[in-house]
Amino acid sequence: MLEIIGISKTFNAGTVNEKRAIVDLNLTLKDGDFVTVIGGNGAGKSTMLNAIAGVWPVDTGKILIDGRDVTKLSEHQRAKFLGRVFQDPMNGTAATMGIEENLALALRRGKRRTLGPGIRNDERETYRRMLSRLGLGLETRLTSKVGLLSGGQRQALTLLMATLVGPKLLLLDEHTAALDPKTAKKVLELTDEIIGEQGLTALMVTHNMKDAIQYGNRLIMMHEGRIIYDVEGEEKKGLSVEDLLKKFGEASGEEFANDRMMLAN
Amino acid sequence: MAGLLNALPGAAAQGLIWGIMAIGVYITFRVLDIADLTVDGSLGTGGAVCIMMMLGGYNVWVSMAVATLAGMCAGLVTGILHTFMGIPAILSGILTQLGLYSINLKIMGKANQAINVDKYSLLVSLRYIRGVALQKNTILVVAVLLVILIAILYWFFGTEIGCSLRATGCNDKMARAQGINTDFARVLGLMISNGLVTFSGALLSQYQGFADINMGRGAIVIGLAAVIIGEAIFGRIFHNFALRLLSVGFGAIIYYLVLQFVIWLGVDTDLLKLLSAVVVAIFLAIPTWKARYFSKPVPVKKGGEN
Repeated sequence: MLEIIGISKTFNAGTVNEKRAIVDLNLTLKDGDFVTVIGGNGAGKSTMLNAIAGVWPVDTGKILIDGRDVTKLSEHQRAKFLGRVFQDPMNGTAATMGIEENLALALRRGKRRTLGPGIRNDERETYRRMLSRLGLGLETRLTSKVGLLSGGQRQALTLLMATLVGPKLLLLDEHTAALDPKTAKKVLELTDEIIGEQGLTALMVTHNMKDAIQYGNRLIMMHEGRIIYDVEGEEKKGLSVEDLLKKFGEASGEEFANDRMMLAN
Repeated sequence: MAGLLNALPGAAAQGLIWGIMAIGVYITFRVLDIADLTVDGSLGTGGAVCIMMMLGGYNVWVSMAVATLAGMCAGLVTGILHTFMGIPAILSGILTQLGLYSINLKIMGKANQAINVDKYSLLVSLRYIRGVALQKNTILVVAVLLVILIAILYWFFGTEIGCSLRATGCNDKMARAQGINTDFARVLGLMISNGLVTFSGALLSQYQGFADINMGRGAIVIGLAAVIIGEAIFGRIFHNFALRLLSVGFGAIIYYLVLQFVIWLGVDTDLLKLLSAVVVAIFLAIPTWKARYFSKPVPVKKGGEN
């Protein structure tokens, strides 16, 4: 499904602010893998997701999606294969456009955009049905501007948009981090549900170790731009937060340095 | 008072012509979130191309169509400077605008080219305000053109491509994540905008009977003024996109009516541009001032309400 072969990315190379964000990273995901990603501040989690999404070109290495080399494709070209949800709820939707218009944009992801109507009447029924499962009352507000919605509502909508046309890979970049605990839980459960239903392959960065253990079938831990721990199946299910902290200490020789992560547990 | 009343129809006609230009500004400034200064140059290009072609014997519609295409080319240049060459949008517009000054001079051969309303069949003219057949009346002609343009733009921004332009202006990160080529969207938006501006310039030069190298100076400010006035007066009642465009047109008319009134009051006309600049600056500052000095503290909500 996804193959990352020896990618590296250095920001501000040759300056005092030089930051080797990911270093010779390798990762292969199988079809249907739901992988949670944890790691300290600046471990390269988001950088890895951005590299896959093509936000900027990588310095070295190759990225294959479904066997197809996408390394040279631009961000909007790769969007055909990817569903993305960002940490900031403001980033995933267009605030000045209506709920249905946002969904219509997502429905056309990966397709050629023409001078045909930006939204067709028969789509609205689908949108209404999909929105009603969120249980947020959005199905009666199709034409409301997204800017009027709360962070949680926007993030749930972004999740719908990301999975509307069955992405080959779903990239979730701490997509519940900016939400209050109750809403975060709801969005996370919805995420798990949709991934399960559609059998999606997903990479989910999280700062919550409990979530990282509870959700998905595989867990990777990153540190200084490398994957330092990779565990799946039964072994992953049996982990505890203490185990993860210990693993981190063994693999990196340091204390776990992420304030948010410590507080979250 | 009679002088003022006599001047009002002319002011309305000018306002309508500038309204088309202001809709071009609206597309970049509000829809794409770019302040495009190309317009100060492309308005003159519209006038220059239109007048020179008509002097060369071409039909008025052909001349205006070519002028519009020239404006779209100007927008294309700014778009390429901004996207492909990575130059900030404002600077890209300034560069194109400066280049257009030379180009406009070359098109006209000199700084000013007049066209005689009696010898050429102009579509609009300040002579066609009073005492002409209704279908020849400039106010009506431009009003019809404005409505047709708004209808076309309303249709366009409802299409898949049009929606991708709106998404790009609103949130380009989201747009790219949804597979929209945001560079293409920006270039296309700049082309449409400048096409409208040159079309307006072509009308304006016919209206005043000449094209002038300086006719576009400060055009962006007038366009912004129209956008801001339209929003301030009609923003709360006009929510539909077509109505918003219409309110920009109204904004331009109001701008010219107020201008006429200020002239009638006896204000030194040399100061008019300064006055416009000050008024637009204040209106542009209002959102910031509102947030900084007049925002109410948000009451703290209890619980995890979403």
